[in-house]
Amino acid sequence: MSRQANRGTESKKMSSELFTLTYGALVTQLCKDYENDEDVNKQLDKILFSNFLPRGFNIGVRLIEDFLARSNVGRCHDFRETADVIAKVAFKMYLGITPSITNWSPAGDEFSLILENNPLVDFVELPDNHSSLIYSNLLCGVLRGALEMVQMAVEAKFVQDTLKGDGVTEIRMRFIRRIEDNLPAGEE
Amino acid sequence: MADEALFLLLHNEMVSGVYKSAEQGEVENGRCITKLENMGFRVGQGLIERFTKDTARFKDELDIMKFICKDFWTTVFKKQIDNLRTNHQGIYVLQDNKFRLLTQMSAGKQYLEHASKYLAFTCGLIRGGLSNLGIKSIVTAEVSSMPACKFQVMIQKL
Repeated sequence: MSRQANRGTESKKMSSELFTLTYGALVTQLCKDYENDEDVNKQLDKILFSNFLPRGFNIGVRLIEDFLARSNVGRCHDFRETADVIAKVAFKMYLGITPSITNWSPAGDEFSLILENNPLVDFVELPDNHSSLIYSNLLCGVLRGALEMVQMAVEAKFVQDTLKGDGVTEIRMRFIRRIEDNLPAGEE
Repeated sequence: MADEALFLLLHNEMVSGVYKSAEQGEVENGRCITKLENMGFRVGQGLIERFTKDTARFKDELDIMKFICKDFWTTVFKKQIDNLRTNHQGIYVLQDNKFRLLTQMSAGKQYLEHASKYLAFTCGLIRGGLSNLGIKSIVTAEVSSMPACKFQVMIQKL
């Protein structure tokens, strides 16, 4: 009977574990796929690195629609407001965490998202031979893809990672430029 | 639940990623399906372990299958299996009339041939879950009209 009782309360947490575990399986598979090639072992993480970004990017491109539909967030007036929305609404909604925003550059075009605990790495330990793998790199791709759909070109990269022994996980975001809509010639 | 979208998108990317990076002949000989199935297997193993942590011991095989159809399916796909049938000799057919991973595709016949790509992961998920409960099985899926599908579980007797 205990089985019936704890259904429901657990189910929300379980579904985030589904995502975490699925992502883990994907990374593992990618590691396997590229392992046979001993000669390029040194390049391994570079390959993984470049392979991940497009995937995250595609997710971001679609996720932004889901986000806008659900969140009722209006237009952001500056990059600071965007940062707030990302941290307090988007991360909260999809990953259940609220990263803090710090280290603004004087020009206001760069900031850091500090993740106290990163749900993606809940069950993860990096083996020694993959010490340079940027495990959660998908997140950067998602951020980049999502923001590109709202006319912002940004750069996102991990500068600290708890998997590598740092105290926190830090994603550095840099605003590059506003993307102008280019209408095809002859159309208004 | 908002984070559901994340899983769906990740799953889509996994399928397209596996097929895009496929080398010559890998699509034809089923390597891609196997890869997706293996990923599902790992996830199924992990999930069932977390999920049955505090549950009572299962009575028998049928009890386990019911658990998969109800609790497990609800967690992963937000609904229960619509129909569970068995011949009481180790074959179970799980029917889902509105399978979550197929609902975003056109319901016509147009993409029917691509449906199997989107079922492989789930086949692995079931097999992995059962395997960690001590049941060895073979899981296959079939779609006759989207978005309904059937998973056939063949229990391998030891």
